[in-house]
Amino acid sequence: MPLRAKVATSVSKTAAALSRAAGRGDGSVIGGWIGLKIDPDLLRNLAAGRAIALVSGTNGKTTTTRLAAAALGVLGPVATNSFGANMPTGHTSALAKAGSTPFAVLEVDEHYLARVIDETNPRVVALLNLSRDQLDRAKEVAMMAQMWRTALAGHPDISVVANADDPMVVWAARGSSHITWFSAGQRWTDDSWVCPESGDPIERANGDWWCTGCSLRRPQAQWRVEDDGVIDPRGDWHLVKLQLPGTVNLGNAATALAVAAEFGVRPIEALPRLSTVASIAGRYAQVDRDGRNIRLLLAKNPASWLEAFDMAEQAPTLLSINARDPDGFDTSWLYDVDFSPLHDRPVLITGERAFDLAVRLEVNGIPFRHVLSFDEVVRSVPPGRLEVIANYTAFQDIRAELDRVN
Amino acid sequence: MSTESVLRIVWIYPDLLSTYGDRGNLLILARRAALRGIPVETYSVRSDQPMPSTADIYLIGGGEDGPQALAAQRLINDGGLHRAVNQGAAVLAICAGYQLFGHSFFAKGAKCPGLGLLDLHSDRGESRAVGEIRGDIDPRLGLPPLSGFENHGGRTHLGPGVAPLARVTAGVGNDGQTEGAWHGKILGTYSHGPALARNPAIADLLLRWAIGADSLSPVDDTWPDKLRAERLAAAGS
Repeated sequence: MPLRAKVATSVSKTAAALSRAAGRGDGSVIGGWIGLKIDPDLLRNLAAGRAIALVSGTNGKTTTTRLAAAALGVLGPVATNSFGANMPTGHTSALAKAGSTPFAVLEVDEHYLARVIDETNPRVVALLNLSRDQLDRAKEVAMMAQMWRTALAGHPDISVVANADDPMVVWAARGSSHITWFSAGQRWTDDSWVCPESGDPIERANGDWWCTGCSLRRPQAQWRVEDDGVIDPRGDWHLVKLQLPGTVNLGNAATALAVAAEFGVRPIEALPRLSTVASIAGRYAQVDRDGRNIRLLLAKNPASWLEAFDMAEQAPTLLSINARDPDGFDTSWLYDVDFSPLHDRPVLITGERAFDLAVRLEVNGIPFRHVLSFDEVVRSVPPGRLEVIANYTAFQDIRAELDRVN
Repeated sequence: MSTESVLRIVWIYPDLLSTYGDRGNLLILARRAALRGIPVETYSVRSDQPMPSTADIYLIGGGEDGPQALAAQRLINDGGLHRAVNQGAAVLAICAGYQLFGHSFFAKGAKCPGLGLLDLHSDRGESRAVGEIRGDIDPRLGLPPLSGFENHGGRTHLGPGVAPLARVTAGVGNDGQTEGAWHGKILGTYSHGPALARNPAIADLLLRWAIGADSLSPVDDTWPDKLRAERLAAAGS
């Protein structure tokens, strides 16, 4: 490693440690930011010599990254950005902190995928899904798919692991020469009714989909979820025991197994490691307080709210919404979510944009109670399970109330 | 209102134009009608289905360039929406849907023909307008200030055949001065997504137009009023 990169790495690690010690966060952004100021090529230098997998998509990338890193652990030490810091500063910080590891699995914000592919020269890129997410800031879904497609076209040597159920992902990936398709199901379909290739309508039936005007259609998946397990490309079914709830996490496990297989890890080796993952940066974490078992579920956009309702038990449920920069300033998406699965349980609402949520729930016919503090929430529900579903910064606020639970 | 005395509301092409919570307007109109004891039927008409011409209120939402151009083309070929408007239907057109009600708009770098149902045309601005928007609505409509969130790259130029929906007091709207347009029973606005959530008075205006009533019985607007107050204050100046 060049001297400049060594200095940058050392300063970066120190800054991250100081940030953590000061209680200012996980330190995974500030460390990388300082390192990249000293050496703009730091990420490239830190990535050199490692076999790397990148994981990107609108939803599930933090969890899938954690599961894939656990699976690759079969082969040796794995560097990973496990705190969800998914931009180049976070990647830089994660690789600097890990020291020299033969492997790395990095979660990548979908906007940064092209740049991170260029700088890290990955062996594998996993593409999970594309759906509406913070349109006041993010690129529209079709433009994002185009960016991915262009990025991959410049790197024909990369093995792509991609979701056969998402037309936008299939269109972005299908120009690649090495593709493994997985099927993780897709509950949310409202962003792919129009073919990105031809502009014609896309039809769906029984899990299949096809464009009515051109050749784009669902490819055969080599990895897929069936019952409580995953079927591999040889047709063998493997029971998947996870601590993480919901069908969506079975899909994430299938993706992680497909990524690991690209490095030569067999499902039978990887599966015991997947079952050790209990929570990820507070997601799915359970905290006991005053007799209440509080479980944290993160939901950032319409697709992930549907998944959260699927995971949540029928118990008192707190919904918390903010609209700060990381959340997007626009709350319109609340009307893309059908909250009726909550009709059979007590609902409490809080957060900076609780009034938006109140109007939405009223239109949805869901009774609710507005609460102003987390302590008030805990006092106002009976002992037992309390499900908490929150968007990004609201989730971080509640995590802070619970001593930054991981 | 149609002879069967059921209020019929059509949501135009949700498969193409529903980028951000546009369904909310359909839900809010249906709820506010039901609270007044008005029987309602709602229809989501996909772009591969014929557009009925006998409904009372039509809603059209926002979308990306490709779907916007496709929607305009299909609506022109279908003709059902033109017949409905000529027969006096009320319309709420939002963002991309608002643009395509004019004579022309820009999508994917090309000028596309619109429906010509509002005397206006749209082109591209130098920058994208994103953020809270607030405006004083045309006093002839007798409504409280408009509150919304805008997110569009277009600029819209009004002809003499329409009036601005509002004078902008925060945000951009059509051109930094005016926001939206109205003519007859057609309302167009850049206040995107579920615009009626923050503007229940506009929802009630559409209902009054549709049933030919001067007023409606009041409903409990505690939460919409709190939301409006918060967002109008947040829009700044």
